[in-house]
Order: sequence, then structure tokens, then C-alpha cells
Amino acid sequence: MSNTAAAHYTSTGLDTRKIAFWTFIGSECLLFGTLISTYLVYEGRSVVGPTTQEILNLPLTTISTFVLLMSSLAMVLALAAVTSGDRKYSIVWLATTALLGLVFLGFQVVEFTEFVHEGLTISTNLFGSTFFTLTGCHGLHVAVGVIWLTTLTILAFRDKLGPEKAMNVEICGLYWHFVDVVWIVIFTVVYLLQRGGIR
Amino acid sequence: MNEENAEHVHPDNKTYLFIAAILTAVTGIEFGCLYIPALAPIVAPLLLSLSAGKFVLVVGYYMHLKPDPSLFRWVFLVPLGLAAIVMLMLLGLMR
Repeated sequence: MSNTAAAHYTSTGLDTRKIAFWTFIGSECLLFGTLISTYLVYEGRSVVGPTTQEILNLPLTTISTFVLLMSSLAMVLALAAVTSGDRKYSIVWLATTALLGLVFLGFQVVEFTEFVHEGLTISTNLFGSTFFTLTGCHGLHVAVGVIWLTTLTILAFRDKLGPEKAMNVEICGLYWHFVDVVWIVIFTVVYLLQRGGIR
Repeated sequence: MNEENAEHVHPDNKTYLFIAAILTAVTGIEFGCLYIPALAPIVAPLLLSLSAGKFVLVVGYYMHLKPDPSLFRWVFLVPLGLAAIVMLMLLGLMR
């Protein structure tokens, strides 16, 4: 074990950055748990304006969900490529993950624009406030992930992301997959259950 | 370094592709469920179960929580459980 690598390990034998990042993810669970609860508490209580069932575009969101799930696949393949020292595929899969994240954000922009044209903004009613806060917060997380992935892609392109830096990619992967699992929950709670008329 | 903290083997690319195929199929099933009237009485628990399955697959395999040391599992599951309790209490009090 090199001195550089040893500096990141504790008496537990685990990488401190990875422990710290899992702790961060734990705190993010509480953040999104609160946002989802708030959405559910106020769901169906809007007095005016477009409501959930009138406005949600389920086919579009199902496609964007598929895109985000596939970005998670690209992320694990990127980590495998970096770990094995395969520079070409490291670049390919990291760039693919970032690109799929951008596509997901594009879907979100289309959805938000449609909603605004339908008369639903963050200040229209309770649904608008809680929906835009929840999905906007998630979208912001995706945007941060895309920037992070783009940085890693540039590093890989400059040949500065070898197997010894695989932990950096693994931590970025943890973040990206967490963003994915949060969307799995949002997709079910906000889109599928509401579209099915279940409250 | 004890056995618990030793290097843990991550799944191979074939496993990752298999998981992706399952995730895609489950997402398709979730979407399709809403258009089958016969499933209406059980659609809520069905969708929640399918969603939980996807969650477990991504966290277990893509985030490597299954093969990684158990400390990571606890660091994640304790706040997740706390978040679930907060959600249930808020919904119980406010709905």
C-alpha cells in the first residue's frame, strides 16, 4: 500500500472518504425523506390551479426514468474501466453517464416548461410548490453530478485517472446511484401512485 | 486488517448488465400496471414492492452495499430508517 493510499485509511481498514460519503448520503436520505413527506402531506389539498392527475406526463417521465437507470449502468461500467486501467472505456463510460444525466435534465426542462405553459408555477398552489421544490432539488443534484462526471471525464482524457484514483470514481458513483435511487422513489410516489389515483 | 475490512470483490460487468435489464423490465411493468384495470385493487402495494425491489438492486449491486463491509450498510440504513420514521410520523400527523 502506498503512502498516499495509506493516508486515507483508519484503524477500521476502510477508506475515510468512503465512510464520510456514506454519512453524507445518510443525511441526504433525511433531506429527501422530508421533501417527499411534505409533498405527500399537501398532495390533493390544492384549492386552485392544475392538479396532479391533470398535468403529469407519465410516458415522458417513464422514458426519463429509463435514461437515469441506464446512466447508473454506464457509471458502474466506468468504475470497472477505471479500476482495470482501461483509459479509452473510462472516457467513454464517464462521458456516457454525464450525457445521460444531461438528457434526464433535458426531460425535466421540457416537463417544467409544459407545466408553466399549463399555468402551474411554484407559487400557483400547494401542488406546484411541493412538486417544483422536490423535483427541482433532485434536478439540482443531477446537475451537480453531471459537473462532477464531466470533471472526471476531462481527467481521464488527460490520462490523470488511473486505477490508483479509482476511489474518486467510486465516490462519484455512490453519489450518482443515490440520485438514481431517490428518483426511483420520486417516480413511484409522485408519478405512478398519483397517476393511478392512489392517495 | 481483518476479514471484514479486506478487499471486497465487486460484481462483474455481466452482473451489472443483468441488473440493468431487470431494472428496465420492472420500470416497464410499473408503467404497464396502471393500464390494466384488473390490477386496480392491488396496484398500490404492487408498485411500492416493485419500487422497493429496484431500490434494493441499485443500492445492493451498483452502490456495492452487498459486497462491501457492513459498516457502510449501517451508516446508510440507520438514517434511511430514521427518514422512513419521519415520513410515517409526518403523514400520520398531517394527513
